[in-house]
Amino acid sequence: MYWITVLVVAVMVLSALAVLLLPNLLAAVAASSVVSLALSVVFVIVRAPDVAMTEAAVGAGLSGVILVLALRRLGLWGLGDDNRPQPERFSGTGDDA
Amino acid sequence: MSLPPLEIVLYAGAVSLLIIGLAGLVMSEHLVRLVLALGVAEAGGNLLLVLTGFRQGAVAPILLGAAPSGPMVDPIPQALVLTAIVIGVGVQALALALVLRVRRAYGTVHMSALRARLVEDLDEAAGLPPEGSREAPGVERPV
Repeated sequence: MYWITVLVVAVMVLSALAVLLLPNLLAAVAASSVVSLALSVVFVIVRAPDVAMTEAAVGAGLSGVILVLALRRLGLWGLGDDNRPQPERFSGTGDDA
Repeated sequence: MSLPPLEIVLYAGAVSLLIIGLAGLVMSEHLVRLVLALGVAEAGGNLLLVLTGFRQGAVAPILLGAAPSGPMVDPIPQALVLTAIVIGVGVQALALALVLRVRRAYGTVHMSALRARLVEDLDEAAGLPPEGSREAPGVERPV
């Protein structure tokens, strides 16, 4: 039980780091779903099964769907590097004028 | 070498999630990544709240007929966290809707470009001359 807990907490923290460090936003959304899934396992370990059910359904399922749909709407739905600056947007003169 | 107890491992995980999320909130360049970091910080806060009621060797707070003889974990933080998870998804959806509106109004979702555009807009609304650059030095600006 002890080592399972250590493993799950390690997975959770490492994928939280991956959320910030992955260059691709679609991969970052997947990593945040992994954080929620590992967190729901931790909730089972601390004897909170109802919270674990909600976290797995809402945190990993619904919020991932919302994030991916928003990414598609933003046009960042791809496997490339989304961190690069967008030069044609940076000048930004009269986009909304 | 003695291992740290289970509670310490769990508290370390919760606090590191909180710290990682707050660092992402401060340091993100992309607005969608900022929303993701908010979700990570919120997950850490939820785990911290549930851990306040945790006791090693206790049973889950679910009554099936007769009351159990041993100790139970505290159900009140769990009920609060159940609400907080659902509210968190609502906040995340609202934040993403705001990101979409920002993109529509400003044409970018990068923080540095947005800050420059905001300063321009505020100056224009206040009737100030644009800030000068090396090629086109501006006039004296009031502070």
